[in-house]
Amino acid sequence: MDPEVLKSYLPRYAEAFLLTIKIGWLGIALAFVIGMLSAFVIHFRIPVLKRIAGYYVELFRNTPLLVQLFFIYFGLPKVGIVISAEACGVLGLGLLGGSYMSETFRSGLEAIPAAQKESALSLGMSRGQVFREIILPEALTISVPAIAANVIFLLKETSVFSAISLMDLMFTAKDLIGLYYDTTEALFMLVLFYTIMLLPVSILGSIAEKTVRGKMPGQ
Amino acid sequence: MGFEVLWKGNNMLRLLEGLWAALRISLISVAVSLVLGLALGILVSLKLRAVQVLSRIWLEIVRIMPQMVLLFLVYFGASRVLGLNISAETSALIVFSFWGTAEMSDLVRGSLAAIPKIQYESSYSLGFDPLQTYLYVIIPQIVRRMIPLSINLITRMIKTTSLVMMIGIVEVLKVGQQIIEANRKSSPNAAFGVYLTVFVLYFLACWPISRLSKYLEKKWEN
Repeated sequence: MDPEVLKSYLPRYAEAFLLTIKIGWLGIALAFVIGMLSAFVIHFRIPVLKRIAGYYVELFRNTPLLVQLFFIYFGLPKVGIVISAEACGVLGLGLLGGSYMSETFRSGLEAIPAAQKESALSLGMSRGQVFREIILPEALTISVPAIAANVIFLLKETSVFSAISLMDLMFTAKDLIGLYYDTTEALFMLVLFYTIMLLPVSILGSIAEKTVRGKMPGQ
Repeated sequence: MGFEVLWKGNNMLRLLEGLWAALRISLISVAVSLVLGLALGILVSLKLRAVQVLSRIWLEIVRIMPQMVLLFLVYFGASRVLGLNISAETSALIVFSFWGTAEMSDLVRGSLAAIPKIQYESSYSLGFDPLQTYLYVIIPQIVRRMIPLSINLITRMIKTTSLVMMIGIVEVLKVGQQIIEANRKSSPNAAFGVYLTVFVLYFLACWPISRLSKYLEKKWEN
């Protein structure tokens, strides 16, 4: 491996890295919001919306992100909906992630024993208070390991963005291999940057999992 | 809306063939992963230090590296570093089996860890040797726990095989692209209909399998 080549590749990879994490984290934030809304709608059995949320979750959990992106980016403009590549990446990741997060939050909410709610109500808290102060914090705590797993999964999924011509890490690697044939160097940088992106999250995830273990209600 | 292009010639059939190309890769990888993963999972449970460390590293690599990166490493890297010329399809099979085996072995390890020690002790005291203990006592018990989880892994693998188009394998998305290109003049809106169809096809391939997994999980909960 040639260190000079690695050095010359660095700026391009750094730029691609920033783009990848920007879209990745925006998408994850969107996934959080969509997932939370969808889980509430399903948990509180809100008529009509509950159905829609249920269909949405099944549809997006059972299709690959790549196919979703192709449809949003290449298909939707044909019926007049044009979305920029970056927005499309965020939206695609948000929709995919939202369906996973929804399942995670929903099972978190379901896992809270009824006694928690009954006790809080009998202490004179209002329904709103019970949900905000008791149920939601507990449900989120229970969900921490699954949320961490989802975040890692979604960050890995960012690797398909090059298909909608975003200049992300994969795109950069493929481009450089095609241009200069320094395959080893290009692949090394690719692995390096994905490790920088995912290793801290993976370590934080396992720390968070250990912290919340044994702090579940009713245990 | 671009659906009409699907009924031209044998376009729909070609799309289905493309889907099959992707499904075939995932099914072969699943089969390999099930067998190797079961073996590796049992090996890890024997608590040999070296095996545990190696499998841990293996699992971490698979957990952290996107499958797309692994595909690039094998497809572009192997020819460069090892001087091997590996076809795109073989690369895909190697990567998906590498990934699946690691995930599967972790499922096996987790299920084995949940079997109480007394099961082994009782079995030994009845005169079973370790092999018999695994074959007749332990494995039948972990299968129930494992089946829903492995079915889940199968749907994940099917979804992930959509990536193989990025290393040039002609699968359903690629066929879709070709159909859209070929009919650019006559159906300018084909992209909508074709990609929506691909979306639905993937859904139809994965949804029944994940329903089955959920059903079995509920049924065998206790």
